[in-house]
Amino acid sequence: MAGIAEPREITEQTKELRQAPAEDHFPPLGPLARRLERPEVLGYLMVAPALLLLIVLLGYPFIQAVWLTMLDKRVGVEGNFIGLGNYIDLWSDQVYRWTVMNTMIFTAVSVVCKVVFGLTGALILNQAFRMKNFFRGFILLPWIIPSVLSALVWLWMYDDTFGVISRTLIAFGLIEEKILWLSQWGIALTSIIIVNVWRTMPFFIVSLLAALQTVPKDQYEAAEIDGANLLSQFWNVTLPNIKHVLIIVTLFGTIWTMSDFNIIFVLTSGGPANSTHVFSTLAYQYALGAGKLGEGIAVSFTMFPLLFVIIFYRLYRMRRDPT
Amino acid sequence: MGELVLEKLGKNFGNVVAVKDVDLTVHDQEFVVLLGPSGCGKSTTLRLIAGLEEVTAGDIFMDGRRLNDVLPRDRDIAMVFQNYALYPHKTVFANMGFALKLRRVPKDQIVKRVKEVANILGIDDLMERFPKELSGGQRQRVALGRAIVRNPRAFLFDEPLSNLDAMLRVQMRVELLKLHNQLNATSVYVTHDQIEAMTMGDRIVVMLDAVIQQVGTPMEVYKKPINQFVAGFIGSPSMNFAPAKVGSADGKLSLEGQGFKAFVSSGCANGLGSYVGRDVTFGVRPEDLELGGDAGMDNTFEAKIELVEPVGSDIFLELDVSGTPLTARVNANLSFSEGEKITFTVNPNRVHAFDVDTGIAIL
Repeated sequence: MAGIAEPREITEQTKELRQAPAEDHFPPLGPLARRLERPEVLGYLMVAPALLLLIVLLGYPFIQAVWLTMLDKRVGVEGNFIGLGNYIDLWSDQVYRWTVMNTMIFTAVSVVCKVVFGLTGALILNQAFRMKNFFRGFILLPWIIPSVLSALVWLWMYDDTFGVISRTLIAFGLIEEKILWLSQWGIALTSIIIVNVWRTMPFFIVSLLAALQTVPKDQYEAAEIDGANLLSQFWNVTLPNIKHVLIIVTLFGTIWTMSDFNIIFVLTSGGPANSTHVFSTLAYQYALGAGKLGEGIAVSFTMFPLLFVIIFYRLYRMRRDPT
Repeated sequence: MGELVLEKLGKNFGNVVAVKDVDLTVHDQEFVVLLGPSGCGKSTTLRLIAGLEEVTAGDIFMDGRRLNDVLPRDRDIAMVFQNYALYPHKTVFANMGFALKLRRVPKDQIVKRVKEVANILGIDDLMERFPKELSGGQRQRVALGRAIVRNPRAFLFDEPLSNLDAMLRVQMRVELLKLHNQLNATSVYVTHDQIEAMTMGDRIVVMLDAVIQQVGTPMEVYKKPINQFVAGFIGSPSMNFAPAKVGSADGKLSLEGQGFKAFVSSGCANGLGSYVGRDVTFGVRPEDLELGGDAGMDNTFEAKIELVEPVGSDIFLELDVSGTPLTARVNANLSFSEGEKITFTVNPNRVHAFDVDTGIAIL
């Protein structure tokens, strides 16, 4: 009795395989293929098309724009180099200063509202209820409709004479006289913020909903047994688990809100009396309305330092987060 | 204190019956293991005790207090989850102290208690780490620590070792057992691993299809399985089953199947008498097939070796007994070759027989 017998055929086959030199299985690599095998070569090669596209479509126009802000360029006229002249002009420009404040208020209030309502919406849609999937799809509508179209509908709803909002409020006895939604700085800015929040909230809801669904159920259960009530479950389980998505979504939200153009342009075009301008609409007005290309581009450029600070601070914090 | 009583406990998910008529008393300081295949209702039973699922029928009592409508946080139980369920953004210390913090225990007492428990578990140097920075075994210890810190009336374990690799699992099993001996807390432990159940449980509760099959000490369940399912589920390799007919000769009862005839020792043949002439399922554990014996003697049969499986400590032999496949467990020092013919003797005291229709044990 000689231990455990091995099936004969398999032994023969393995022997053959072991003896066969590697060249029999794969043809040798040519010089080009050998170079491509190196990750540093292949890597750059694969990144190249995207990089080229970025340089042509973003890098070149960007540098061109930087150059333009240093010229007193007007449409159809050769510009002269004036250094930082455009920026100095802006600093003493009342409308520009007002615009900076508008953009801050508009962005801050909008983003805070979007985060709060977006998170609330996501938490509600994350519950189990009938027709859940229908509502999850339905909620996307404001975001799918082209923003100029929906802004036009809002313009009509805000209308001083025919607007459905004022009429409805009067019908319910909530107000006595029509509100002139877009004719006064404070109310106009509020109206703009409402439309902006309404339009981008679906993005917040859907992203946060997706994040909520990745929170492990057993963490809630552990917290429940540990003695956490709903609120402390939210603080100790939900929020920390969706934190990163929340930060990214807020970051994108801030960038998009700050550079929003369509809604404001359609609703007020920066009026009344230039009081509701934000960077993008003012830049448009200076560059294409008044034809002062250099100054217009300079307006949009002043957005950059702000955005840079926000983005880098957030990313820096995220990198340092040990969890 | 911590006496846990389940009375006619039931849970349905829609039309699916997950747990049915579970009656069980877990005594104070007892370690009870719920054992069964996936989907048998053992985890659901545990979650009902924890309060994570709502009871459909029956009652849960802890030291006489009805728990059905008590929130999980007020049940004074702690649970260890299969995936540890640690809070990823909290340090080990914060994870372990969380329950105490929620109960507004003063900070210095939390620190003291967490340190004590960390000491017992040997994780004192991990206090400032995050779960992500721990190995599987360390995470498991933190999860245990989080439960122990609370000093609850009962511990619930939901397959706590199944995510660890084989070596660590054995090591943690021993540690858990030592810990239990040290803490002496009432524990309910869910597993599908019969080795864990056998080694850890004061008593084992075997479940199948939402129903308790048998409750008993590990050896009771092993030696006197109540039905064919329990017999087959416990023991590795599992018990051999083969169709057989009950015969009677010279006042001795026997089980006769294809290629074998096993007499049953009269001392344990009580219920078999009424089955004479009827079909039953014959059962014998692989280790109760003893090598040797002369062909032609009682309880001896000849078998052809189909496959030899050495597992180190033993050798498992896959046998062919005139068409009936059987597995035998034999001494690893012997050597065998496939195709060889050998004789085996069945120990008449260790023969099992089961009703063909109900699966209930006759012997």
